[in-house]
Amino acid sequence: MQLVTDTIAWLLDPANWGGNQGIVTRLLEHAVFSGISIAIAMAIAVPAGIWIGHTGRFAALGTNVANLGRALPSLAIIGLVLPITAAIDPQLGFKVYPTLVAMVVLAVPPILVNCQAGIAGVDRDLVEAARAMGMTERQIVRGIELPLAMAPILAGLRSASVQVIATATLGAFFGGGGLGRFLVEGIAQRDDGMTFGGVVLVAALALTVEGAFIVLQRVIRSPGLARMEGARAAAGAA
Amino acid sequence: MSTAERVVFQHVTKRYPGTGKGNPGAVEDLSLEVPAGKVCVLVGPSGCGKTTSLKMVNRLIEPTSGRILIGDRDVMQGDVIALRRGIGYVIQQVGLFPHQTIRENVATVPRLLGWEEARRRDRADELLALVGLDPARYAERYPSALSGGERQRVGVARALAADPPVLLMDEPFGAVDPIVRERLQNELLRLQEQLAKTILFVTHDIDEAIKMGDLVAVLQTGGHLAQFGTPDEILANPASEFVARFVGADRGLKRLALVRVRDLELRPAPTARPGDDVAAARKRAAADPFPYLLLVDDANRPIGWIDDRRLQSLDSLTADVAESESPLFDRHTTLKDALSMLLEAGVQAGIVVNDAGAVQGLVTVEMILERTRAAAEDGP
Repeated sequence: MQLVTDTIAWLLDPANWGGNQGIVTRLLEHAVFSGISIAIAMAIAVPAGIWIGHTGRFAALGTNVANLGRALPSLAIIGLVLPITAAIDPQLGFKVYPTLVAMVVLAVPPILVNCQAGIAGVDRDLVEAARAMGMTERQIVRGIELPLAMAPILAGLRSASVQVIATATLGAFFGGGGLGRFLVEGIAQRDDGMTFGGVVLVAALALTVEGAFIVLQRVIRSPGLARMEGARAAAGAA
Repeated sequence: MSTAERVVFQHVTKRYPGTGKGNPGAVEDLSLEVPAGKVCVLVGPSGCGKTTSLKMVNRLIEPTSGRILIGDRDVMQGDVIALRRGIGYVIQQVGLFPHQTIRENVATVPRLLGWEEARRRDRADELLALVGLDPARYAERYPSALSGGERQRVGVARALAADPPVLLMDEPFGAVDPIVRERLQNELLRLQEQLAKTILFVTHDIDEAIKMGDLVAVLQTGGHLAQFGTPDEILANPASEFVARFVGADRGLKRLALVRVRDLELRPAPTARPGDDVAAARKRAAADPFPYLLLVDDANRPIGWIDDRRLQSLDSLTADVAESESPLFDRHTTLKDALSMLLEAGVQAGIVVNDAGAVQGLVTVEMILERTRAAAEDGP
């Protein structure tokens, strides 16, 4: 009970929100850092997933790389990368880069696998019809496969984002910023209100992003597909 | 409308690596010529290579050897993308893009060809109207909101969008129920009368092949061409045991499907209008070997029959004394359908009407049987 009241008290104390170590700053750091991690992961995994899904080549390799990425604990990656990056840049190479690499490795598998499966899952007859009408491979990907695979692709981005936001707290243990700092300092200072306040903020950020993705998916989905998915759901329920 | 172009297969072979005997989908030394503006149906059991043959025309599959010409151009020469944009394509599952409106779907090839928005729009609406879908009602809808038959019509409209000289149709009516299929077949035949495209049409249904084809190519497992000819030639003189079995034992009846009401000399109908003089009508009916009088309205549309016994007892001709409706035919009705409708209704004569519904004459069971006998005589 004490923990709950402490946490609420900490969260409600305006003194904890302002300043360059306050909640607002840490929240922004956390969001920006997670955003950059996801952007880098997308730059790698989206083109690779689309290519594998469209051509059907190296499908097994894609899945295996993704599984390997999932099997590596983020902490282990930080430990592996840190000596290398720290030797190059003692400041950022210690505080930022190792966690960034770990987050990218964490985010790539769900994005890659969902892209690949989403594109490959588009009705092959439809793709062949598009090809038969004289669409180039690029036009097929952009005009047919991507719009139709948008739901699984966004689902992959969503799950990657949530994982990265939750796990990016690790960065604080190596001197990085973000909401993880409240956990590190809360534990060090035996301030349970701060520790769990940090936990609540991380969870809130993750859930907000998750909700944003769900809204985005609704907004950009073609009305033709909304109807189809509705009909499919109705058929499934019957 | 662009002119249609011939399609020629010259010793076309497609072999798949690693497949031994049977070789489903393979094609062996196929040579045939489809003249411009004709419908050629490729028919055969599954695995006979009919779809492979079709897909080699637009290079979805590339032949192992041999040449395919459209007009005088070898399809293997030149740009594959440009080739495909010049060939209409319709498949069984229609392949409409579910995330695009009907209008966007129909305008696919014009969009690829870089037509202006307004021109694309006009063309799409024109084609929707052509296939019998009101653009005001359908253009903005999505494929999921349409019935199977409507989607199939959109598929045909889409294939016609850039006015290609050649149309490829791969079991286009395979996924719709028999009643809708029948209607779509008739619509396509009517459309083809206007458009006169060169159409390659794949089906496994011999009845559909006979109905749709100016020419029929029967393919045999292993990709051999078993027979190529007009439907009547194939029914009258099957080239082999395989073709005879494939077309079925009821060849004589099937040949009736090749003859249409317009090919017959119609029997004139003894007609009268409500208000006509009864005595004169009686005299006219008595003079006709057919003991009925057909009552028609002012526009010559049929109301119903009056038999001669009833006619004797009448004082005046009124619309409400007519009864016993006959099946109505138009000039496109096949004799096979006509016979089946007459047998169904249990009557001797059907009424042939024109597009306005006006009576043109009668077709009787006797006339159809006469035709069957004639057909049987010049058979094998």
